[in-house]
Amino acid sequence: MWVLIGVGVVLVGFALRMNPLLVVAVATGATGWTAGLSPFELIAAFGKAFKDTREVSAIWIVLALIGVLEREGLQARARQLIESMRGATAGRVLMTYFPVRMITSALGLTALGGHAQMVRPLVAPMTEAAAKRSVGATRDDEVCEAVREDARAHAAAADNIGLFFGEDIFIAIGSILLMRGFLAQYGIDVEPLQLSVWAIPTAILALLIHGFRLWRLDRRLARMQQQAGEGK
Amino acid sequence: MIRTEHLFLLAGLFFVAIAVASLPDRSNPRRVWNAAFWGLLGASFLFGSYLSDFANGLIALGLVVVGGILRLGRSSPKTTSEAERAERARRRGNWIFVPALMVPAAALCGTLLLKGVTVGGVLLFETRSITLLSLLLGVVLALSVMMVWTRPPLSAPVQEGRRLMDAVGWAAILPQMLACLGAIFAVAGVGEQVGSLFEMFLNPDSRLLVVMCYCLGMAVFTIIMGNAFAAFPVMTAAIGLPLIVHVHGGDPVIMAAIGMLAGFCGTLMTPMAANFNLVPAALLELKDRYGVIRAQIPTALPLLAGNTLLMYLLVFR
Repeated sequence: MWVLIGVGVVLVGFALRMNPLLVVAVATGATGWTAGLSPFELIAAFGKAFKDTREVSAIWIVLALIGVLEREGLQARARQLIESMRGATAGRVLMTYFPVRMITSALGLTALGGHAQMVRPLVAPMTEAAAKRSVGATRDDEVCEAVREDARAHAAAADNIGLFFGEDIFIAIGSILLMRGFLAQYGIDVEPLQLSVWAIPTAILALLIHGFRLWRLDRRLARMQQQAGEGK
Repeated sequence: MIRTEHLFLLAGLFFVAIAVASLPDRSNPRRVWNAAFWGLLGASFLFGSYLSDFANGLIALGLVVVGGILRLGRSSPKTTSEAERAERARRRGNWIFVPALMVPAAALCGTLLLKGVTVGGVLLFETRSITLLSLLLGVVLALSVMMVWTRPPLSAPVQEGRRLMDAVGWAAILPQMLACLGAIFAVAGVGEQVGSLFEMFLNPDSRLLVVMCYCLGMAVFTIIMGNAFAAFPVMTAAIGLPLIVHVHGGDPVIMAAIGMLAGFCGTLMTPMAANFNLVPAALLELKDRYGVIRAQIPTALPLLAGNTLLMYLLVFR
């Protein structure tokens, strides 16, 4: 039961909002210690895992390009484009991106989206520009900041939700292969297609629930503008 | 053949360049620690494959100490102003989207077209990480286009990259750290322990209760581990197969498919899934580190309830 101490460290650390790097390192140390690893073995196990997972961090090279694109006006252009579209609202921008993200993920094209490549340079500035226009650009800074935070967080959320509930419909994705391999261990043979078909009801549900929330986001922004109008 | 090792070399050079560019930056009082952090990460990429596990562990520990205790500062490399950017955007029009979209296009084309392509009997790309390799090939291509077309200073990729990397800060290595924690959890058998906790408190007679426990367990366990892949084998072996399939005669395919998605609902709600939830908050420069999670919870909870209901209705056909 003592090996669960790492889980406890993580829960307490995140709840107290301590630096996550530190929390994770302490949790790793505590878990390794209760599992009977010596300090030397623990550091070696940590180092091996760190070395073997470097691929995860290699993606950051993309920021060299994104930075140069921003410098030359990519985000500014994304904003201008949205400002030139009369009917564009934050909810509608995301209601365009979100199903596209889901459908392309379902076709196995998960690399088409992502936070560094798509959300920061394009989706977030577009959502933010549309949201600020709905509220009225002349508002005071506090409201403006709240709207900006909300719009950006929703842009990231749309990318995640579209990805998660779309990708499982694709037959060659990691989770499908994992499920298939696991069931095969217990003598249950299934085709990947059987598993992916049963991901469709949840995908539709995700589309409905999140679509409804994006509609409410627009309503909320519109109400903020109305209140501003009455205040004047 | 282009292999992951080449990619590590490129990433290593990028991080070392950022470290070198950080040192003379007087706008950042903590510049020494920024340089140390990106330098250590660069060293891990450049030399990691040739060092012992223990030496790699010391590098990782160094990153934790610098990033978690000594703390990084925010740099402000010289870049263009908002007004300049708006003016350039107006002048160049929508052409600026072309290099931006080259990256996903390259990832797509590379994965679909270059897989298994051989030149003179040698594989062009290592198959295992072909998407990542072609994505970064797209980055190099698009960056070349930008350098020729817009003629920024030659140091721009490093300096602009540094501006964004410093905005991300320590969160850049958090996904990797969590993967390490997962590896140690696996060695220590944390999964089995949590699974046995769930078994202790479960009445196996009620179909609804069993389905609820399985779906909720997938979500909770995913919240703890940060990854539905870690939760799936444990919860399915503890509750899914013995109770839903064997006792109540449920369909294993539907149980597995919907169970995994219940786990994904958990991923939306946990800081442990750093690359989906904390990294974008840093990348989008949100004030609230948990802002993305907060935006996702109102979708994740009804979706989890919906998944549970779907499984209850569909699995006992």
